Amino acid sequence: MDALKNNRFLGLWAGLAFFGFMVALALALELRGGGDVWLRTLNNIGIFAALALSLNIILGQTGLFNMGHIAFFALGAYVTAVLNSALGWPIVYTLPFAACITAVFAFVVALPVIHLRGDYLLVVTIGISEILRIAFINDVFGLTQGPNGITGIRRIEVFGFRFMTQFSQFYLIWGFVALTAALFYFLEHSRFGRALNYIKYDEVAASGNGVNTVRYKLIAFTIGAFWAGMVGTLYAPFIRTISPGLFEFKESVLLFAIVILAGGGNIVGVIIASFLLVGMRDVLTMFGDWSLLLFGVMMVVVMIVRPQGIMKPRRRRYDAGHLIGKFPSGIAKGVKKFTEPTVGGAG
Amino acid sequence: MDIFLTQLSNGLAIGSIYALIALGYTMVYGILRLINFAHGDLFTIGAYFGLTILTTFALQGNVSPLIIPWILIIMAAAGVAVIGFLLERVAYRPLRNANRLAAVVSAFGASIFFANALKLIYSPNRQSYPVDILDLPNIPIFGVDVPSKRIIMFATAVLLMSMLYWYINHTRTGTAIRAVAIDQGAARLMGINVNRIIAFVFMIGPALGAAAGVLLGLFYGQIHPEMGFAFGLKAFVAAIIGGIGNIPGAMLGGLLLGVVEAIAGGYISGSWKDAIAFGALIIILIFRPTGILGERVADKI
Repeated sequence: MDALKNNRFLGLWAGLAFFGFMVALALALELRGGGDVWLRTLNNIGIFAALALSLNIILGQTGLFNMGHIAFFALGAYVTAVLNSALGWPIVYTLPFAACITAVFAFVVALPVIHLRGDYLLVVTIGISEILRIAFINDVFGLTQGPNGITGIRRIEVFGFRFMTQFSQFYLIWGFVALTAALFYFLEHSRFGRALNYIKYDEVAASGNGVNTVRYKLIAFTIGAFWAGMVGTLYAPFIRTISPGLFEFKESVLLFAIVILAGGGNIVGVIIASFLLVGMRDVLTMFGDWSLLLFGVMMVVVMIVRPQGIMKPRRRRYDAGHLIGKFPSGIAKGVKKFTEPTVGGAG
Repeated sequence: MDIFLTQLSNGLAIGSIYALIALGYTMVYGILRLINFAHGDLFTIGAYFGLTILTTFALQGNVSPLIIPWILIIMAAAGVAVIGFLLERVAYRPLRNANRLAAVVSAFGASIFFANALKLIYSPNRQSYPVDILDLPNIPIFGVDVPSKRIIMFATAVLLMSMLYWYINHTRTGTAIRAVAIDQGAARLMGINVNRIIAFVFMIGPALGAAAGVLLGLFYGQIHPEMGFAFGLKAFVAAIIGGIGNIPGAMLGGLLLGVVEAIAGGYISGSWKDAIAFGALIIILIFRPTGILGERVADKI
């Protein structure tokens, strides 16, 4: 068991096994026929998983209480929708625009408020997302077409192949989730990711040790928003009609709950929590009027059962073996290798 | 000037509702550092209890219209206090020592539960309090006819808030509440039953929220199972503007938010008034990062 635990490629293998399983599942559903409802649910989960991973950088890794993340998703989706339906751009070209505009928006709004402490930042991010939603409802600049939203967004087309069915979009969406997970895994294990964790666990100590906390927080916020803008771009052709009603505050809450339930910024946890919460919300619709009531009960129960989250934060390991003998004091000469984790994780 | 005074009176009336709800947020936050997002729904439950009491006991016509609000407020507040107590027991106490955000998520779960329970028990549609329940003439103030409903509403809210303020500052239990808010451990050592105080705060806050719900129903007429969400969010904003954890701050923040919103709605545009409320919040927090009356916390070393 220890050998398994210490295997540094465990995450990679688990990831490959998981995505392999997903591919098989989708194939089985498609071949059996009539599996569109389930594929749709899986696609929904995928969108939310990618989105929750982008929030994870901000909330899970850096500890910034962002409860308005849906705003960035909404902005990405709207930019794509406007460019696609009004100007006729293909989705592939709108992708960088949507992501960059979202990132710039996030940077500008975060700049004056990023220094706010915990709960104050939480309410400000709620405010930002509500203001944006009201702007969409009020048809700002005549671009967003008010409460009814933008219709007629075309499907994604790559090299002449059009992603029309739930089945083909499944690969698109879950491929994107895999890319997101891989990218954020490397980000987490970089110098940058360590700095973000440092800020989360002890901001004062981080700034005392030369981490420019404001700058790192801003970058984390902007990266998260950039990625949410991309997911928004993916979402617009998936759902084809976007309106302000899709981006209400409760969606932000759902994302927030996913990341908290995941536990300490764990990527695997985020994906499991997306299945649990988004999947449940979709599956519970079979209970009709009772569905949301049960969903509320479930949210309470899940938090009481696992208040620390599904997974633990990943322990960081640092191989200090090459430092032996380099310093006059400190690491003893007799010790062969020092493989204890250097940064633990207090929730 | 007439528009200004009309909007001012309107703002103070709606602001007093925000202030009453904000008190519940701020008291719970002061003691547990928990944002009780289910509080807005307790307010809605209060409004529905009021309606039920009004219709079941056929109060209208049999009791003087000036006493009806008080009967409704007291009964609805008692009912909602019980729900607040149960909420704390079931959804928050198991998470007392866990990550703070776990309790926030649990609060959202509770909020969804309450809103949908109301939909199932009553109906998902709007319901109305009788229109003619308080048939009183307008009162001229500075040459503007102000509906007396607004004045009663404002006065009732101010009375309730002063009672709370007196209670917190001049009774033994009030002192215990303040002590627990400052330092739970020390309060426990002084012989204060912290769990009981917390449970008690979870009864006072929702009771005030229920009073706000009844006032809203009586004076604006229409209630809706999901209205607690918007009102709760606004009231939470009000609590933050005033400085969360601070009781006079919640009152001030609520009235200020109501007035800003009403005046912005009157002069600029009704459809942007919510955005203006949030904009005001952001601007205030940029200049006063802990709210107007919030204490400055030294977090720089």
